This record gives sequence, structure tokens and C-alpha cells, in this order.
Amino acid sequence: MSISKTSEDVARPAPPGHDSDADLLTAKVVPRRHPGQWVAAAAVLVVVAMAVHTLLTNPRFQWNVVAAYFTEASILRGLLLTVWLTAAVMVCGYALGILLAVMRLSGNPVLRSISFGYVWLIRSVPPLVQLLFWYELASLYPQLSLGIPFGPSFVTVATAHLFTGLLAAFVGLTLDVGAFSAEIVRGGLLAVEKGQTEAAQSLGLSGARIFRRIVLPQAMPAIVPASGNLLIGMLKATAIVSVIAVQDLLYSAQLIYNQNFLIIPLLLVATIWYIVLTTLLSVGQYFVERHYARGSARGGGGQGFWQLTRANLPLFGRAGSTGLS
Amino acid sequence: MSAATAPLLRIRGLRKSFGSHLVLDGVDLDVAEGGVTVLLGPSGSGKSTLLRCINHLEKLDGGFVEVGGETIGYRYDRRRLHELPPSAITRQRARIGMVFQQFNLFPHMTVLENIVEAPIAVADTPRKQAVAHARELLEQVGLGGREGSYPRQMSGGQQQRVAIARALAMQPRLMLFDEPTSALDPELVGDVLAVMKDLAVSGMTMVVVTHEIGFAREVADEVVFLDGGRILESGPPDAVLTEPRNDRARAFLSAVL
Repeated sequence: MSISKTSEDVARPAPPGHDSDADLLTAKVVPRRHPGQWVAAAAVLVVVAMAVHTLLTNPRFQWNVVAAYFTEASILRGLLLTVWLTAAVMVCGYALGILLAVMRLSGNPVLRSISFGYVWLIRSVPPLVQLLFWYELASLYPQLSLGIPFGPSFVTVATAHLFTGLLAAFVGLTLDVGAFSAEIVRGGLLAVEKGQTEAAQSLGLSGARIFRRIVLPQAMPAIVPASGNLLIGMLKATAIVSVIAVQDLLYSAQLIYNQNFLIIPLLLVATIWYIVLTTLLSVGQYFVERHYARGSARGGGGQGFWQLTRANLPLFGRAGSTGLS
Repeated sequence: MSAATAPLLRIRGLRKSFGSHLVLDGVDLDVAEGGVTVLLGPSGSGKSTLLRCINHLEKLDGGFVEVGGETIGYRYDRRRLHELPPSAITRQRARIGMVFQQFNLFPHMTVLENIVEAPIAVADTPRKQAVAHARELLEQVGLGGREGSYPRQMSGGQQQRVAIARALAMQPRLMLFDEPTSALDPELVGDVLAVMKDLAVSGMTMVVVTHEIGFAREVADEVVFLDGGRILESGPPDAVLTEPRNDRARAFLSAVL
């Protein structure tokens, strides 16, 4: 390394391999080619083209039937039920999950154990089995009463009347979401440094306010992506209520094809609606994540929504640095 | 310090252990109103724990802490110390400011939101008034105009000065500093110490855990040397820092200076 550059340095014969420092400094950079990427892309594109071709040309998909039933009244009623059942299950399930997470992190050993036991039990039983249990509750407890524990009861109802398929679905799925969201929320709360709580305590903030204003908002960046996953999973998991004759999106389609035997087109109707809903939820998740990234290192310079979309759909827009070369 | 009035902070027989490890072993300490006490000692000597017992971030295992004549964390009644409910402890903490080694600013809030959160939520200050006070405090710590920044956009020294402003916003009668400059790059230490010195000059009562001997010499009214959970030596900075009588204090100071 020469510290001062003199005319002698430039005039000195260059080392083997290149002409002079000046040439090296002005040389044009030739990017490396990636022929393997082109081959892989071409192979995948052929497969995609075949899939699109068969979707469009195989008459047995019966796209005209799909179009005819897509906005059928009973399908839309089923769609509405799927949407609000998902919403109700997620809201109540998360309320339960936050409670369970707080119990699990509390200093009370009884509450901790109960929360742990609940999560263990519910996660061990398939949701479909839980659903059937709640649906068949009447054979276990023919009557349900509201009253003082081990004492007199005020109201008594026949379980079979109370536990319709819809309530069984709501209860079973809510308990399931409660267990899974408890773990997601607990993980998020644990990710917040203890110093945050201590700083808030030293300022004299109350426990409830510390949780709501300081800890929970900081836990959200860890909670939101996993919760988005759970929400989308639950949207589709509500389809299992069709086994206990709740008229959701899938069961509405099944009712129609049981009469006219147009099974594939009606399954496609349901499928397309599920894709539409999932897409809307994914877009929503992006904006929620961006909201909670305030103040974080990734918050300011994050990718915009359209940048992100274009980066993942190189055929439909400028791909930038992610493109083939 | 004259003993004409009762000291603002009075600690007697303070004991604290973590499991079987005794961290504080009978500590007595007085800090007069407006006094500045610097706690020195090797790591693990119990300095930080002592500080955290003062605002009850740690429960005591024995002894008591009094601030302004009020027992912290307990209510004395007929030879019994009744544990206070969280709401009462919260009220006591509101008048004791604390500054942490790791700043602990709330990263999801702007500088202004960090400062006005407690005055609005705890002291019921109207928002307008809290914001005006926050701007004055930022001016005071040399960060006027930075109220819209997020903590992560600031240097460590700036964050620590915001943390001081945040604690001052509750108009505390006692400020606790837990190694406020230990996490800072050397060139940022001076700004934070300057703010703390201004605060001491303005008459704030302060208890400071630090390794900045220069600060102790210049600002402290009393220097306290702790080791093994006991106070081994205390007195005016000149005496303790220049001619420590205790062997361990002498060894520690010769290693630090």
C-alpha cells in the first residue's frame, strides 16, 4: 500500500494481469450470468402454462356453472356465516387467549397450572373431535343449570335445545383458538424486555396501563404475523362445521351439489371465495404489521405494499434487484 | 449537610437476598433534602439492588426505606408493617424518578409521548400543560426540537437525556440513577453528566450509582462505598476518595482511578 501517490507510482510497470491502476479504476464491471436461473424459470413456467391450459380447456371444470352459482343466494348466505363465525371465534378466542397468557405469566401457581393444563388438553384434541363432543353434549349432560355451585339452580335448559350445531361450532372453535392464541400472545409478551415494565413502574403507571400501553403494543410485532396465520387457518378450518350441518360456505355448496351432482364446479365456487377472503386478510395483515412497526428499525424504510407485490410478481411489473440476470 | 431537618431518604437495617445469596446485609443510609449521594463499589456489591429497593422494584427482606417520612411499600401500624396494595405503591413511585443503565425508553412512542405518558395517566395533568412542560424539560436537557423523534433514531447519550426528562416530568422529590453512563460510548458520557450536574445544582435530591469518580468528586455531598452488601465507608468525597480508611475501598479506588 502506498500512502502518497506520486507520478512515479502511476508510471511504474503494472503487475501481471492488468495494465495499470488507472485501467483497473475505470474498467467496466461485467455482471455474472446465471444460466441456471433461466433454466429453472423456464421449466417452472412450462408447468404453470400446462396448469393454466388445462384449467381453461378441460370442459369438466364447467366454468359457466361456476359463474352461475358464484353469487347464488344460498352461497352468499353461507359465505356470510363463514365470515362472521370466523370473526366471532377469533375475537372471543383471543380474549380467552390473552387471559390464558396473562394467567400463565402470573405469579399465582394455581392460575399458571390451569393455563398450562388447558393449553395442553385443547392442543391435544383434534378440533373436529372437540366439535363433535360439543355437538353431542346433550347425551353427556341432558340438562344445563345456572346457579350457585353445589347449591340451588336458577335456570335450567335442555342441552339439546341450547347446543345447536352453530353454538357447538362456535364454542369448540373458540376454545381451540384460545389455546393456540395463548401461546402466540405469551411468546409476544416474553419478547418485551423486563426493563420496559420496570421503567413504567418507576414512573408510577398502574399495572393495567403498563400492560395496555407499554407491553402489549411492543408484543404486537411478534404477535401479528403468527395471528394472521392463525386467522387465515381458522377461516378455512370453519369448513369442518359442515360435518355438523352448519350451513357455512362449504356446506352451502355441498347442499347444492347433493341435488344436481355438479360437484367440481361447486367446490370451485367455494374455493374461489376462500381465496378471495384469504387475499383480503393478507392485505389487512400487511397494514396491521406496518402500523405496529412504528419506531422499530424496520419501521421507516420498510417496503411499501405495491413494492412488495411487484417484487413477488416479476412478470407483471418491474422486478428491480430480484429479477433474473 | 446540616441535620436541622429530617433527611428526605432514610434507610435502616435494609436486608435483601436472592435465593440463598445475601445481597444487602443491613444497610443504613440518610440523604438530606437537596443532597447528592454517590454509591461506589465493585460489581455485585449490591449498589443497584439498594437503588431498586428505594422505589420498591425489589421487595425488602428486612429493614425499611422512608422517603419524606413515608414508609415505601408498607404502612406502619401498631408494630406491624402492612404490605401496601399495588395502587398505593404506584402512587409512592410516582414521586421517585429513576434512570436506568439501558435507558428503557418506550421504543414505540416518540420522545414527546415518552415524556407525557406518566403525567397524563398518573398525575392527571391536562395534555396541553404536559406537552408544554415536556418541551421545557427537553430544552433543559439540550434536546429542544427533538420531541417527534423515536428513541431508536437517537444516540445513547440523547436517549439517556430523554430518560432523565421523562423522570423529571413527574416532578419527583428524589431521583435515582442506576449507572446512567455505563452503556454509553465515552464521548457521549459528558453530555449526560452535565445534565445530572445541572440537576444537582438546582437542588434535586439524588442517589447515583456510577463509576464516574470525577462526577463523585465534583458533585457529590456524600460518597458511600459498598461491598458484600454492607457500607464499608462513607463521608464527604474528599475524605473517601482521597484517603479511604478501609482496605477494600482503597484497593477498589486505586483500580478505578
